[in-house]
Amino acid sequence: MKKALRWVILIGIVIVSIAPILPQFIWSFSHRWLFPALLPTTWSTEPWEYVMTPSSRVGEGFANSLAIAVVVSIFSILVGLPAARALALHDFRGKSAVEWLLMVPIIVPGIVATMGIHQVFIRLNLTDTFIGVCLVHLIPCIPYMVLVMSSVFANYGTDLEDTARTLGAGPLNVLRYVTLPGILPGLLVATMFTFLISWGQYITTVLIGGGVIITLPMVLFPFISGTNYATAAAVSLIFVAPAVLVLFFTSRQLGRESSVMGGFGRL
Amino acid sequence: MRWLTLMEKLRSPLMVLPAVGVIVILFFGGLLVGLQQSLGYFPAIDSYEVTLRYYQDVLSDPIFFESLWQTFRLALLSTVMSSVLAIALALVLRDTFKGSRFFTFMFQLSIPIPHLVAAAGIVLLVTQSGLLARGAYALGLIAAPRDFPVLVFDRAGIAIQLTYLWKEVPFIGVVVLAVLQGIGPQYEEIARTLGANAWQRFRYVLLPLIMPGVLSTSIIVFAYVFSSYEIPLLLGVRFPTTLPVLAFQNYQDPDLAQRPQAMAMSIILTVIAIVLLIAYKRLAKYTVSR
Repeated sequence: MKKALRWVILIGIVIVSIAPILPQFIWSFSHRWLFPALLPTTWSTEPWEYVMTPSSRVGEGFANSLAIAVVVSIFSILVGLPAARALALHDFRGKSAVEWLLMVPIIVPGIVATMGIHQVFIRLNLTDTFIGVCLVHLIPCIPYMVLVMSSVFANYGTDLEDTARTLGAGPLNVLRYVTLPGILPGLLVATMFTFLISWGQYITTVLIGGGVIITLPMVLFPFISGTNYATAAAVSLIFVAPAVLVLFFTSRQLGRESSVMGGFGRL
Repeated sequence: MRWLTLMEKLRSPLMVLPAVGVIVILFFGGLLVGLQQSLGYFPAIDSYEVTLRYYQDVLSDPIFFESLWQTFRLALLSTVMSSVLAIALALVLRDTFKGSRFFTFMFQLSIPIPHLVAAAGIVLLVTQSGLLARGAYALGLIAAPRDFPVLVFDRAGIAIQLTYLWKEVPFIGVVVLAVLQGIGPQYEEIARTLGANAWQRFRYVLLPLIMPGVLSTSIIVFAYVFSSYEIPLLLGVRFPTTLPVLAFQNYQDPDLAQRPQAMAMSIILTVIAIVLLIAYKRLAKYTVSR
């Protein structure tokens, strides 16, 4: 009885997980699909052909989204990794204040900051620019990087590094052969989070990019609101592809390395 | 030698400086500019006088309160339902059984999927001519699209909440799952030998252990929904819409004089969010410690 209930729940999880995604494959190949047909009455590759044309701006949006997310992720690693390590392993004056400062953007709505930055960026000529959009994406990304990585560093400790140092390894060798391999699984997940946060940004990009910097969510939005579901589905699937790829490579860490997700439990 | 200790002392502050610098300049700098403007200091339109007029304007507007209530209701419902479902499903998924890795993978599937894609998927399912309605028709449950309940562009915001549930249940669930796998079965075994039944084992053994994780993640979820823009804009009614949508509408008005009001609105939203989160954390800590 209990076993049967568990299987019902498990199958429910699978169905609910794929229910919003799988039909989009069918929609993206549909030409005519009116109520109450359960499958399209006429099929077509038109949505996909349209998506490939430059006028759909899907290619442009994809390239911009990718470039921004990569730049933001790299910068988040460079800035966030040292901070995460210091917070996890060292005690220093003002530590709790720093912890607090870096967590605030996760729990305080970013709406005021975004509007305020917009005003400043207008004066600095950073609106409508690639760099301006990258900068505003850093606000939610850096705190997540620090949150996840400080948990990873705390879990990893310094024992192995100390041992390597006693054995005569220099700082660079310790970093290259001990620290980096040790934190790599966690870093992979943290980078996935920052990449996806940037990848999914909508209103910040609209405001700071001013319609000049077009990203994928900005291309997708009007197709959904305009009920052009076939094209929306095709763009949606392009939008989701890197995400699924990323999950495929990080899902083992996500489930097995409790220190990675544990960071969220220490907020 | 003194230099060495000085370097040692400065090491940690130097390590956190870049991250703190970026966040302070961008986030708190932006917040400060917003605060100034909400108080009427707005050089671009030659307004330098500090006033509470814009706050009075916002607080005397019934539309503001309708939107505030809608925002709060959506955030609260999404957060509570996500947390409860996440705990329940994590409890099912934590046992190791044949295929448990596959089911855990499927459970995590929605985590990397952007909210907009989730919204598109939900729309295709739940509109009156969507796939669920077609299924209901095929089963003879409804005779026409209009017999299917209105779940999109509705006042209750069902489609909005479904989108958030689909996205946030796995997010909270994965954190709970990580905690559960970390603590192992021994505590429950002890409780069982001491005569605790299933409910008691959950309530007095597991729940206090997973509560900190649930708390942290549900705070993130609440704050996220409370400040969300594109999902309610896409799936919700025009009125009452959520506060972020209302604020951005005012902000993007060609009439620049609307901006201080948009800022005042956003500042109020921010203050309410902070107060709610602090109260929630206090309350939850109190409940757990009992």
